[in-house]
Amino acid sequence: MSAYRIDLAGTRYRFDSLAEVMACASPARSGDELAGIAAGSAQQRVAARWLLADLPLVLFLEDQLVPYERDEVTRLIIDSHDRAGFAPIAHLTVGGFREWLLDDATDGAALASAAGGITPEMAAAVSKLMRNQDLVIAARKIENVTRFRNTIGLRGRLSTRLQPNHPTDDPQGVAASILDGLLMGSGDAVIGINPATDDLPTIARLLTLLDDLRMGMDMPTQTCVLTHVTNTLALIGAGAPVDLCFQSIAGTQTANRGFGISLALLDEAHDATQALARGTVGQNVMYFETGQGSCLSSNAHHGVDQQTLECRAYAVARRYCPLLVNSVVGFIGPEYLYDGKQILRAALEDHFCGKLLGLPMGLDICYTNHAEADQDDMDTIATMLGVAGVSFIMGVPGADDVMLGYQSTSFHDALYLRSVLGLAPAPEFAAWLERMGLTDPGGKLLRGDPFLASVRSVPALGGLCG
Amino acid sequence: MADRPDIAPLRQRLRAFTNARVAIGRVGSSVPTAAMLEFQLAHARARDAVYDALTPGAVEQGLAGWPTISVHSAAPDRATYLLRPDLGRRLRPEDAARLQVEQAQLAIVIADGLSATATMAHGAALARAMVERLRHDWRIGPMVIAHQARVALGDEIGEAMGAEMVVVLIGERPGLSAADSLSAYLTWAPRRGRLDSERNCISNIRPPHGWSIADAADEIVRILSRARAARCTGVALAGGEALTAGEGPAY
Repeated sequence: MSAYRIDLAGTRYRFDSLAEVMACASPARSGDELAGIAAGSAQQRVAARWLLADLPLVLFLEDQLVPYERDEVTRLIIDSHDRAGFAPIAHLTVGGFREWLLDDATDGAALASAAGGITPEMAAAVSKLMRNQDLVIAARKIENVTRFRNTIGLRGRLSTRLQPNHPTDDPQGVAASILDGLLMGSGDAVIGINPATDDLPTIARLLTLLDDLRMGMDMPTQTCVLTHVTNTLALIGAGAPVDLCFQSIAGTQTANRGFGISLALLDEAHDATQALARGTVGQNVMYFETGQGSCLSSNAHHGVDQQTLECRAYAVARRYCPLLVNSVVGFIGPEYLYDGKQILRAALEDHFCGKLLGLPMGLDICYTNHAEADQDDMDTIATMLGVAGVSFIMGVPGADDVMLGYQSTSFHDALYLRSVLGLAPAPEFAAWLERMGLTDPGGKLLRGDPFLASVRSVPALGGLCG
Repeated sequence: MADRPDIAPLRQRLRAFTNARVAIGRVGSSVPTAAMLEFQLAHARARDAVYDALTPGAVEQGLAGWPTISVHSAAPDRATYLLRPDLGRRLRPEDAARLQVEQAQLAIVIADGLSATATMAHGAALARAMVERLRHDWRIGPMVIAHQARVALGDEIGEAMGAEMVVVLIGERPGLSAADSLSAYLTWAPRRGRLDSERNCISNIRPPHGWSIADAADEIVRILSRARAARCTGVALAGGEALTAGEGPAY
């Protein structure tokens, strides 16, 4: 660890470590202030950015923010670093890297081939020098495509996770929300339930319900119950219909231990899920969720800012070529992201950094009732992410998750984005919507009566169709 | 307003099984006016609950003369409270000394948490129901009414009162469907630094939709007697509903 200094406008600024430079260079947010690592003044913040801009990218391979010896995520980052991918940018400073990313000559192919050479810390560093519009225009160049029963992340497409949560996991309550979502064209990223319980028989029943619905309606999509990997492993062992393996992940070994996981456990879960070979057009089987602040909330942040730690979680994710990665950006509360401005900034950072590292990034554009945010803020975030090319967002009935008690995006919000930006669902799912009479050949949503009549005999719908 | 008659039957069918905002209709891609305003009203109710403060005397009045002592956390106001959960878990220094003269076996804390609305609606009634059931088995101190409080503030309160056990009745973070839901957190041998995994919790105390006052009080008594026998709470108290999510991220 060495000290970093810069003289700026007659003042000398000193930072004791690279972690301190990174934290001070971060746009203001409550979580870094809570951790006591945020810049002490607006001028110190800009000084840290000037300093950061002149640091060479290679420095991040040498000066570890979280010690290699003590953290398996750091070891993963360093040991899997793609030297060949790094070669075209190896000579750059962080400031030069920003300009390389924004240069018209740097296209999607160049970014894709560099992805393995970019470490989370490099992505985090450059993002701290980028304005919101920089994060949009750079992310928009990147197309990370994944497949299971459909194709997610293609340019010009916007997928949705249909999130039919119910406070008591009531199967008909879940089915009611699913039916509502399908009528609104939602569900191509995944139909995924956050269960209210960890009870394995209940989760198995929900998995069977989802599988029966999918097969009964011949839907080209995948389903998931978002439970701990150890539960999913047990359910796979018991023969439950598991499409995707879900897990929340974080950017340090200690925080991951707080989630009850390690890389070895994720390896096991990934292998077991892939062995089921249930995908039809691809075998990306993992679904990860992340969110800034999770390391601090489990006291495992090593003095590193929350946005850099979030990027490190993406290194964990990319080891497993996931189908979906979702930053649940506003869920954690105002002590980490205070208001609509901070949630917007974090959403754009997470989307850009995840994409840059090669991931199929979705966002749970959301907030809790004790944050300074409302639906107008979510509209702004959704619009900017739509322009930036987000792979998927959530679809929750009326934006109100009655199980988790927070507000996300609604089925309507996805329709809005598809309408104003000319986006379509995943191609296989779009074809299904048209085949089922839910959309016209132009993709415009139709009245659902013919669809309801045609799926009336699906037993799992339990008479909901009338 | 676009409330089309043709969607009413579907809405009724779906809403019979969930309180989610299903089948709200659409105008183009957008939410019809009435559904939009209903959402805004629910959010406004939740926001007001977050910023609600315990009205002086409101809780005391419901306690039928049981002595009370009012304390504050180290968070001086709501804005600080929301940004600094660590301050909400510590007592204002002068209040710790005041509690030390109130020795008790069982400390009951009635705290605002994230919804003073919930605390004022159900806190006193639940505390009274607990006292009726417990007064012969436990030496109960004065009701501690705590302002700008997080759950863990009970640890320092219980420690200062020399209590074997602390029960914190606290307003939950308001959701759109409920802004007046109360939780009870039970901690054996309270002292600063206790982990969330060392507590038991009953949430969604909200008659008539959630737990009733009588049932919640019975459940608290049941956990208290088991905790006293086992001399612990939380995951170590087998069969108890240990707290796993806490106030942090639930993902």
